[in-house]
Amino acid sequence: MAGSTLHDGLTPLNSAPTQTSDDAHGYYVKGDKIVDTAAPTGPIADRWTTRRFENRLVNPANRRKLTVIIVGTGLAGAAAAATMGEAGYKVKSFCYQDSPRRAHSIAAQGGINAAKNYKEDGDSVFRLFYDTVKGGDYRSRESNVYRLAEVSTSIIDQCVAQGVPFARDYGGLLDNRSFGGVQVSRTFYARGQTGQQLLIGAYQAMERQVAAGTVESYTRHEMLELIVVDGVARGIIARDLVSGEIETHLADVVVLASGGYGNVFYLSTNAMNSNVTAAWRAHRKGAYMANPCYTQIHPTCIPVAGEYQSKLTLMSESLRNDGRIWVPKNREDCDKDPRDIPEEDRDYYLERIYPAFGNLVPRDIASRQAKNVCDEGRGVGPVVGDFRRGVYLDFADAIERLGEDAVREKYDNLFDMYERITGENPYQVPMRIYPAVHYVMGGLWVDYHLQSNIPGLFVTGEANFSDHGANRLGASALMQGLADGYFVLPNTIRDYLADGPFAPVDESHPAVVEARQDVEDRVQKLLSINGKRSADSFHKELGHIMWEYCGMERSEPGLRKAIDMIRELKAAFWSDLRVLGSAETINQSLEKAGRVADFIELGELMCIDALNRRESCGGHFRAESQTDDGEALRHDDEFAYVAAWEWGGEEGQPVLHKEDLIYTAVEMKQRSYK
Amino acid sequence: MKLTLKIWRQASPEAQGAIHTYDLDDVSEEMSFLEMLDVLNEQLNDAGEEPITFDHDCREGICGSCDLMIDGQAHGPEVTTSCQLHMRSFKDGQTITVEPWRSDAFPVLKDLSVDRSAFDRIIQAGGYISANTGSAPEANSVPAPREKAMRAFNVATCIGCGACVAACPNGSASLFLGAKITHLGELPQGQPERWSRVTAMVAQHDAEGFGGCTNIGECTAACPKEIPLDVISQLNKDYRMALKQGH
Amino acid sequence: MAASGLLFIGFVLGHMYGNLKAFAGEETFNNYAEHLREFGEPILPHEGFLWIARVGLLAALVVHVTCAVILARRAGRARTVKYVVKKNTHSSFSSHWMRWGGATLLLFIVWHLLNFSFGKVNVSNGETGDPDKNPYRLMVDNFDVWWLTAIYLVAMVALALHLHHGTFSSAQTLGLTGTARARRNARAAGLVIAIVVAGGFSLVPIGVLAGIID
Ligand SMILES: Cc1cc2nc3c(=O)[nH]c(=O)nc-3n(C[C@H](O)[C@H](O)[C@H](O)COP(=O)(O)OP(=O)(O)OC[C@H]3O[C@@H](n4cnc5c(N)ncnc54)[C@H](O)[C@@H]3O)c2cc1C
Ligand code: HEM
Ligand code: SF4
Ligand code: FES
Repeated sequence: MAGSTLHDGLTPLNSAPTQTSDDAHGYYVKGDKIVDTAAPTGPIADRWTTRRFENRLVNPANRRKLTVIIVGTGLAGAAAAATMGEAGYKVKSFCYQDSPRRAHSIAAQGGINAAKNYKEDGDSVFRLFYDTVKGGDYRSRESNVYRLAEVSTSIIDQCVAQGVPFARDYGGLLDNRSFGGVQVSRTFYARGQTGQQLLIGAYQAMERQVAAGTVESYTRHEMLELIVVDGVARGIIARDLVSGEIETHLADVVVLASGGYGNVFYLSTNAMNSNVTAAWRAHRKGAYMANPCYTQIHPTCIPVAGEYQSKLTLMSESLRNDGRIWVPKNREDCDKDPRDIPEEDRDYYLERIYPAFGNLVPRDIASRQAKNVCDEGRGVGPVVGDFRRGVYLDFADAIERLGEDAVREKYDNLFDMYERITGENPYQVPMRIYPAVHYVMGGLWVDYHLQSNIPGLFVTGEANFSDHGANRLGASALMQGLADGYFVLPNTIRDYLADGPFAPVDESHPAVVEARQDVEDRVQKLLSINGKRSADSFHKELGHIMWEYCGMERSEPGLRKAIDMIRELKAAFWSDLRVLGSAETINQSLEKAGRVADFIELGELMCIDALNRRESCGGHFRAESQTDDGEALRHDDEFAYVAAWEWGGEEGQPVLHKEDLIYTAVEMKQRSYK
Repeated sequence: MKLTLKIWRQASPEAQGAIHTYDLDDVSEEMSFLEMLDVLNEQLNDAGEEPITFDHDCREGICGSCDLMIDGQAHGPEVTTSCQLHMRSFKDGQTITVEPWRSDAFPVLKDLSVDRSAFDRIIQAGGYISANTGSAPEANSVPAPREKAMRAFNVATCIGCGACVAACPNGSASLFLGAKITHLGELPQGQPERWSRVTAMVAQHDAEGFGGCTNIGECTAACPKEIPLDVISQLNKDYRMALKQGH
Repeated sequence: MAASGLLFIGFVLGHMYGNLKAFAGEETFNNYAEHLREFGEPILPHEGFLWIARVGLLAALVVHVTCAVILARRAGRARTVKYVVKKNTHSSFSSHWMRWGGATLLLFIVWHLLNFSFGKVNVSNGETGDPDKNPYRLMVDNFDVWWLTAIYLVAMVALALHLHHGTFSSAQTLGLTGTARARRNARAAGLVIAIVVAGGFSLVPIGVLAGIID
């Protein structure tokens, strides 16, 4: 930020974009622009305080009469359920796992950011805000991001009070580390299990409310439809995954905290059952899907070992601090024992291309270059499919420089995990890594209040699109989940609920009956196709298409091809699927089939969104938009907008609504790492 | 490698279950145990037999969903979760028996899947610190001694998988319970509710039908997170203190 | 359970110490037995201490056995469907044998009391005699019978196993084993107590068999 001036947030610093390219022509319909009607104006630092005050209150006596459905028990969902329960609302919480504590947030390793400035290293709310907007490549909404940075400090207070055992220094005070390439130490952590500890804190707070009778917990329940009555969200249809019963749950307001959809790529670091169904069902009922193509690909994952591979495991980014990344210079060396490849035959490609940042270039660059060298045929490890997908992450130098003990102390648990999965000892043989899908920045469109364009439907956590723009900083997803759940949603939803309780809806209302009937028909349909292929095999195929054409690098011809392939896949799915068993008991194949059906439709929309966005930005690279030396080139003049897609109907085309991104507190800049 | 799998199949909670035998060829050593079951399920689906139900989600050893009794050992022969167990731990030609957790407090739902909601109810009984959102003081206003914070963290890593119950000859959940008591009891924030917490949680544990602990130690050996037996000692001590104080 | 168990440990330690007096000869042993009866006089009546100890031990036994039965029944109800294959990998044999071992001990205790305290049957010469005057003779005569010695030794094996786990278990139950080190110590104490007590008790009949005591 050095040299840049602080802007107060009162005057626009950029003008609205005008798109001149139209790559997705023929695949979509142009819709009206959207303005986030809830976004506040005024000095950036005052916006949230003002809005919190402006939002109306709900009389405590009325709260008990207001039913809030929360789908999801990850950080975003569990935190909201606990907080809303404490406030006295009648909360119904849903998750598909057997316990709320198992939501995917549990897997987050690295840490959570907060602008506490405990290290007195120059951090501040403004700096966290600035870093997040910049990290998102200027594709996020500044008011939201500022609010996120602002409430970040309260999150840490709240978690500590709940007994989250963060790392501490010898004086017993909280410790911080620097994470994801930022220059300040603002990341709070609990060894490599931060997500677990935060989620258990939120889960326990939620279970406390279950005991208090304010929260009802529906585990092993999957939301399969949103109920919209007269244009307003009024409930959900869920399937009890044990008895198979289709249930109607009505409410005054519905919150989706159902997580991200990275599993559209089949292989990702997400939990196996993470899915898009809740969000996609809402999308089909009219909720806009924003920036669906924004995907984050993480460079340090354990590579695929074979065709049977079911998921990928992330290894902390911190490994790149000491490990050196290389591949052989010559293809012939790729199957040799790496220790026999002499120094002069190794290509430390990141150090070569980016001498200033070396192995510490941002996630997207490290990922893309790894893909490039593997595509050239210089990848290492087993041949999977047609070529080797892996590069070495070598600790030999670090071990020589620091000693094995020092390396062990730093990375012990990661090395153990690597050895458990691969059977190779990274103290002796270089690790192999490869990029994997890790997070999606895209999600359901929400306004400043986290309300979607369907009144009464709120969306929080990874399921919404709001805060990370085109790329997310490390340790910021946990921050967003908890910010949304503990502090933002409870404060914005009350303005909506202040008008309640709303006129009760009857289970016999045509809209409710129809939603329920749709779910039942769909379940029956999936069970009765009686084809030959498992849902999993379709999912795998979809994943291949998405990874190949809508992954790290996208191009116009590739995306067009992908759309065609996905359409064929969809037809095959609905004619050749085989789901055995019945709908009256646990039926994991049936659950899977429903999710894959939604992934297929989402995949198509992602490709259309990627096709339209003819710019390289944040986590993704568009072949048609690069600088002379092959680096990402952003087009603020054309694409400084949020692409919010409306469902166009089964036979129709999606409708694109644009929300312009106007900055008043930061100036847009191109990144450069060379 | 080739394997013979003897797997418990049970159509519903009420149905009578039985061991079914399956042969599986072409198992790779690099596969995880669950990926091996995926391959089997794909074959069953092709052959027109309903795939085997088993719980799993993260497949990273952290969510606690997976819960297989593999050849008489909870999570199999290594100190890890079922999902992080790899086939290189088995031999070509081996016969492997796979069963659900056996505990009356964890009724079988289908095949290898059981209902562990008893654990949630134990947490509901008192496994939390009451701190309403927004009421928290500045995080660094209460320092927590590093040693205690580390111990709290070490035992807070419990993933709630239930392997301790599955392995315990008494079917006791004392390791799970002790881990939570120790986690919250070690922290300054956990003190106000310390004694009421332990009596309430123990009462719920017993009401769920878990057995009593006789300190055999199979739990800690099966625990993928290596929760040590001393949490049970802590549990007993806190319980005694709580009774003394009239809770 | 732990409290009653610890009381028993104290008792068997003392009891064993007394038994070892057999090696010191007939007179010392009988004096010791007499001393137990006079202990605490004149504050306590004759045999007062012995009766307090007997009542205390009996109460502890009732508590101990009741707890054991409750625990066993709870364990039974906690897992009504058994595993087809179940391995116990990291626990001692003694910890698994507590119930059988306890039952063995209970039977033995009944027999033992009939044999030495109440019935005072001297199987070798059939006379009930006046062993109050000479418990030493009763003991030596009995251990001359091989099967009586065998019963006694089997019970000592059960006792050793019971103490091996019981000592550790009671420390754990009382919450004294909060660290890995304390746990190791408690396990070591279990081993030592098991060997000392069962070994100590066994020395007497072995001594008789070997003719050291006669
Ligand atoms: C391996 C890994 C490591 C990570 N590490 C970090 C890190 O160090 N720092 C960081 O900030 N972020 C990290 N992230 C990202 C972060 O963990 C997630 O973005 C975040 O936890 C998402 O939380 P959430 O509450 O939005 O959703 P989730 O935790 O994904 O929860 C989704 C919930 O929705 C429920 N659900 C979904 N669909 C339905 C349905 N149809 N019906 C009923 N229930 C449904 C699920 O049961 C679940 O309870 C990591 C992610 C991964 C994969
Ligand atoms: C000389 C006699 C005995 C001694 C010294 C003794 C000692 C002990 C001790 C110290 C314990 C551990 C208590 C705890 O962990 O809280 C124990 C446990 C046990 N005892 Fe005994 N006991 C004796 C007799 C008996 C008898 C007669 C029974 C008969 C049923 C019995 C059954 C058990 C059982 C089942 C346990 C297991 C419970 C546990 O491990 O906690 N014991 N005993
Ligand atoms: S204590 Fe260990 S075995 Fe028991 S539930 Fe927790 S992690 Fe699983
Ligand atoms: S599947 Fe999550 S721990 Fe095994």
